[in-house]
Amino acid sequence: MESLLNPSYFASFLILVGIYGVFALGLNVHWGYTGIFNFGVAGFFAVGAYTTAILTKEPSTGQYVEYIGGFGLPFVVGLLGAGVACGILAFIIGIPTLSLREDYLAIASIGVAESLRRVFVNERWLANGTRGMIGIPQPLHGIVDPSDYKYVYLCIVAVVLIVIYIAIERGIRSPWGRVLRAIREDEMTAAASGKSVFAFKMQAFVLGAVIMGVGGAMYAHYVKAITPDSFAPFFGTFLIWVMLIVGGSGNSKGAVLGAFIVWGIWTGTDWIINHSPGGLETRIFYLRNLLIGLLIVVVLLIRPRGILGEEKRVSLFFGKEPPKEQLEKDSAAPT
Amino acid sequence: MAQLVVVGLIVSSVIALGAIGLTLIYGVLKFAHFAHGDLMTTGAYVAFMVLFGGGHIGPLSFGYGMIPAILAAVVIVAALSVAIDRVVYRPLRRRKAGLVILAMASLGMAMIVRSLVYIIWGPDQRFYVLGIQRAKQLPFGIMLKPDQMFIGCTALVVMALVYLLLYRTKLGKAMRATADNMELARVSGIDTEWVVSWTWAIGGGLAGLAGVLLAIQSHLMPEMGFLLLLPLFAAAILGGVGSPQGALVGAIIVGVSQEVSTQWIPPGYKPAIAFLLLFAILLVRPRGLFGVKS
Repeated sequence: MESLLNPSYFASFLILVGIYGVFALGLNVHWGYTGIFNFGVAGFFAVGAYTTAILTKEPSTGQYVEYIGGFGLPFVVGLLGAGVACGILAFIIGIPTLSLREDYLAIASIGVAESLRRVFVNERWLANGTRGMIGIPQPLHGIVDPSDYKYVYLCIVAVVLIVIYIAIERGIRSPWGRVLRAIREDEMTAAASGKSVFAFKMQAFVLGAVIMGVGGAMYAHYVKAITPDSFAPFFGTFLIWVMLIVGGSGNSKGAVLGAFIVWGIWTGTDWIINHSPGGLETRIFYLRNLLIGLLIVVVLLIRPRGILGEEKRVSLFFGKEPPKEQLEKDSAAPT
Repeated sequence: MAQLVVVGLIVSSVIALGAIGLTLIYGVLKFAHFAHGDLMTTGAYVAFMVLFGGGHIGPLSFGYGMIPAILAAVVIVAALSVAIDRVVYRPLRRRKAGLVILAMASLGMAMIVRSLVYIIWGPDQRFYVLGIQRAKQLPFGIMLKPDQMFIGCTALVVMALVYLLLYRTKLGKAMRATADNMELARVSGIDTEWVVSWTWAIGGGLAGLAGVLLAIQSHLMPEMGFLLLLPLFAAAILGGVGSPQGALVGAIIVGVSQEVSTQWIPPGYKPAIAFLLLFAILLVRPRGLFGVKS
């Protein structure tokens, strides 16, 4: 645990919290605000990361390295390109699934994520297959000593996170955001009020996916090397869901707080593994997965609204809190 | 080609056992049970733990010890499913939590069950019986191992039993009534909680058996059931959620197309085939082949 106090270690911890925070914010747009049951976060994660790698890397030179493109474009273009690629992907997935039952969308999105992973594994020409992409360039790398680079990247992550956070908060407190919440609560009523449910869901789905794409790109530039295994369902999807549910879905602060807490538990349990008796490490490793699984089930059973829960009234013009009794009456968990 | 179809049918029989349980749970409880694959894994490992003695039953690769092993897998996974329902899903049901919350809880359970499998048995591949079995030559140039025939026959017999249970017994009638309309079933005097428990027991038992058969076909590993989740859902939705016959037909379509597809595309894409079928059916006919309009 003492390693957490080491500033360099703490900075890398915060970088990952920030990146996961971006994903949790994107998922919050899908699930927390609109009720879109996206279980394929890993798919957007992967597409975002690979897109930026292809856009920002130099063309392949080695005999054993194959990938398309290598355009050597700047970091910002990579970030935006990743967002656009994920937005397009979401649009395509959304057409057949957004008008269906929400659990069908969940199953379909798992399928998309898993199929995309297969594509990255099998199509070596696309992104170097199982060996993945290494040496993804880092922005502003030259300006400081490499050992201090973490602090620079932490600032970049913080800026991106804050920009996305503010954009979502503005959006959700606008009439547009209130339509999303109305759709989440009752599609029929929203439709009867003259809102095109499909169009609004599509907008939210694409927006959330764009945010996830940016998150994927931030991840790729931080770790510098990605393989199809980086986007397995556990890290790519499940952990992010746990963050959102624990922090409080329907609340942007909750999403980021959840990322902090869950990643904190994840990192904090590192010492269990490092201090377990020899030979047992491989099994003890799965205790953390068990812990995360238990965490989500227990939160759903005991405190479904998460730590922060949803603000009942979101408008830039109304007063903040409704009477306390009302808060207690209705559970904030979206249905 | 005929060979691929027959192998596909063997794969289908395992998928069908899982998908029938999944579709029953889906029909009665209305939520997508994401832990189903991991219940299959549990069944396979329970049998592994119970399995004793060597020897062979006729040309099969395993001996009589497999019979109690299979029974143990069925009973323990059935009991586990009922227990999980009591501890997790029933309180959520009581609170009238949304179906998505239930699905989410099942994803958490999937994680918990799989982690326990990892912790108890470790991440390595395991086998019931080591060694290679020679395939038998059948008419039309088809080669099948005796074990594969065992898998197909066992699945067929069990599915016939499930059919009898659903359509010839009082419990089956109550289950179908509850799946149709839980409120109506309750006011007609059916103890729906009792029906729900039985649904879990049957679905779990089938999953346990499917897991053992899957492991006989290849080997045991902690991700084995989870990797089958997509074909299971594809089969259940293809056939129409809540319809066991539909799940069987869906399983045959998914299993056979997965195997036959290897003729043209790399085998690494097998799971993607299940997904493509799922996507196609959702586009064309979201309620599935045998589904009723809700």
